[in-house]
Amino acid sequence: MLGGTRLGRSTAAAAAALVAAGALAGCGGGDAEAAETLTVYSAQHESLVRTMLEGFTEETGIALEFRDANDAELANQIVQEGDASPADVFLTENSPSIDVLDREGLLAPLEQATLDQVGARYRPSTGNWTGFAARSTVLVHNPAQLPQDQLPASITDLANPEWEGRIGIAAGGADFQAIVAGVLALRGEEATRAWLAGLERNANVYPSNSAVMVAADEGEIDAGVMYHYYFYRDRAENGLKSDDAELHFFRNGDPGAFLSVSGAGVLASSDQPEQAQQLVAYLTGPEAQQRLAESTALEYAVGNDVPSAEVLPPLEELQAPEVDPGSLDQQRVTELMQDVGLL
Amino acid sequence: MPLVFVVAEVAEVGWAGLRELVFRSRVAELLGNTARLAGGAVLLCAVLGVGAAWLVERSALPGRRVWHVLLVAPLAVPAFVNSYAWISVLPGLDAYGGALLVVTLSYFPFVYLPAVAAFRGLDPALEDTARGLGLSGWAVFRRVQLPQLRVAVLGGGLLVALHVLAEFGALQMLRYPTFTTAIYDQYRATFNGPGATALAGVLLLLCLGLLLAELRLRGRRGYARTGAGVARAGRPVRLGALAVPALLGLGGLVALSLAVPLGSLALWMLRGSSTALDRAALLEATGTTLGLAAVAAVVTTAMALPTGWLAVRARGRVATLLERSTYLGSSVPAIVIALALVTVSLEVTPWAYQTVPVLLAAYAILFLPRAIVTVRAAVEQAPRVYDDVAASLGSSAADRLRRVTLPLLAPGLGAGAALVFLAVVTELTATLLLAPIGTTTLASAFWSASSALEYGAAAPYAVVMVLLSAPATVLLSRDARRGLTT
Repeated sequence: MLGGTRLGRSTAAAAAALVAAGALAGCGGGDAEAAETLTVYSAQHESLVRTMLEGFTEETGIALEFRDANDAELANQIVQEGDASPADVFLTENSPSIDVLDREGLLAPLEQATLDQVGARYRPSTGNWTGFAARSTVLVHNPAQLPQDQLPASITDLANPEWEGRIGIAAGGADFQAIVAGVLALRGEEATRAWLAGLERNANVYPSNSAVMVAADEGEIDAGVMYHYYFYRDRAENGLKSDDAELHFFRNGDPGAFLSVSGAGVLASSDQPEQAQQLVAYLTGPEAQQRLAESTALEYAVGNDVPSAEVLPPLEELQAPEVDPGSLDQQRVTELMQDVGLL
Repeated sequence: MPLVFVVAEVAEVGWAGLRELVFRSRVAELLGNTARLAGGAVLLCAVLGVGAAWLVERSALPGRRVWHVLLVAPLAVPAFVNSYAWISVLPGLDAYGGALLVVTLSYFPFVYLPAVAAFRGLDPALEDTARGLGLSGWAVFRRVQLPQLRVAVLGGGLLVALHVLAEFGALQMLRYPTFTTAIYDQYRATFNGPGATALAGVLLLLCLGLLLAELRLRGRRGYARTGAGVARAGRPVRLGALAVPALLGLGGLVALSLAVPLGSLALWMLRGSSTALDRAALLEATGTTLGLAAVAAVVTTAMALPTGWLAVRARGRVATLLERSTYLGSSVPAIVIALALVTVSLEVTPWAYQTVPVLLAAYAILFLPRAIVTVRAAVEQAPRVYDDVAASLGSSAADRLRRVTLPLLAPGLGAGAALVFLAVVTELTATLLLAPIGTTTLASAFWSASSALEYGAAAPYAVVMVLLSAPATVLLSRDARRGLTT
């Protein structure tokens, strides 16, 4: 009984102290500078976005606030918020989720000068958002198990019976679904459905691109579909997951050479549209693109005349297929994947 | 509130649309998966939790105090960290086996804790009587102790099941599809997801079924000990030749649930190249997390007190309904709750959108059951007669609350607050969507760095998360050891 009282008191005292600490923490992030602060909802990797926008505030005097989460979470949140959204600018990791906002009429058109900074193939024909970085689809394989001369010529070959049980995909991830959207845009619905059905039979499904890479590296599978930068970043970090693996780029305009772009757009509901436009212009401009190329992100820069990191094969040599990034139909992709049982 | 949101959305979809969304073979498969995992996990957690609790409380095992702390400690390791660690140790882990392993190792303390507390609260006189009547040790356990543990084990089992229903991060990494992972898939695809809400509706029904089942199994009997004088400490049972396997078993459990995740965190710290540690950022995230988690723990436990109290003292349909309805929020994935609060907050309190109070509301909806289970157990074991005696001695209601009731409930309240604290420290989705802009918690920093593959940079945040949770687990272990009826 006595012990109980004593503990009760000390817990209460500790709790009171913590409440005070909490209140302080809560006040810390208040509205110090209301004048010129843009709210950015960002689903692209935090470190990459921060690096690219490093010089923005200094150059323009506009402060930035970030809300970081996944593509799907933030796009859902903005749709849910509607006109009341506090966001001024939305940055995504893959383009389908920003395209959803475009279709819902939630984006404002970008200035032509901004669009002109990026090659036409890295932005949608609507002009309501633009790509600011790109990632290439690749096949990761362990050469000891799958030598060069046995590599498939096209990503569509992976649905053939001889690949049963030998390949890996991260079917649940936004990355792989963007690749499927690319195949859908290039080959049409029937071919895509047949391809997905083949994959459903052939492939082991992994939770993430890195898991696919590890499985290929360790020989659990012969090959896996993912984006290029997981490999290069792991090599740069310590190579724990990629030391025995190699990458195969499909090239030849194959759907497997699909480039997925990260999108940037200005919300139609923004109360600082001018500053928001300025931010997207900066993000796609030479300075930020140069920072991207020099960063450890190892994604492709898409700004005109900005070469990407040297370890990467040059973007122009990838022979990616022509796809309007605004034509990717994420909803149809999900339906098809659910039909064949991959989701 | 989230319930209303889900029902409203489901109504919008309409019956025909609903039939198309719900009665698919995929949904049947998810149902099977979810049920298998929840069932397996509850069973394993119950066996491990009660077994370990018996060894620590009732056997003559050496180092029981140390074992006790080590057995509560897994609560400090977030399930997704655990999952990540296991994948790196055993990449070929089978989906069901791996999922069962990870959720069991992450959640068995939910059964262990109330089981220890209940063993403590048991009156040894009953067991002595049973032994005097010629029952063997095993029969005493089965016929005398186990029935008295029922409320504690069922409450813990319910928590395990609810957590399995809503678990996302760990299971997604292990590629074991359940309702919750499927809901996330839907959100990824359709963006104003009737499909997702329909699935969430099925999940709510599942949760309802669990709640009813637990209620029926628990029965209506009370187990408070009254008028028995001071309970004697029980005589520890000597294990003899069984001591070695028992020690090995406990050691194995601790190694699997603690050494594996902590070991791989250490490995990341040592072998990553992106280990350049930003001390200021780490410190700030730690402060924010500490503040949020502490306030949420106090607020949520305060909310749990009246509900837990009513559920025991004013047993009846209304009180039961009230108590049970709080469980629904925690069985639904955080993204459903968070998006519901986006809508509600913008409609009702637009000025409070993305401020701390709304975030605290989300935490309360998600974690209230953790507090209620422990508070309820405490009320259950605090005999009403003390209150009556105090009243008959002329003590006022406020005075009784302060001098009789709260001291009796203090361990339960502390345990509830600690459980909520642990949950908030590792919460991610609601924090990402609803926290004031620019807020960085340990969990969000860990997520951000690890999703960019910078494991070296991510590891310190996970380590601090574990360290920050350690005092709460010690608090939990102390309360449980003293028993709930000191």
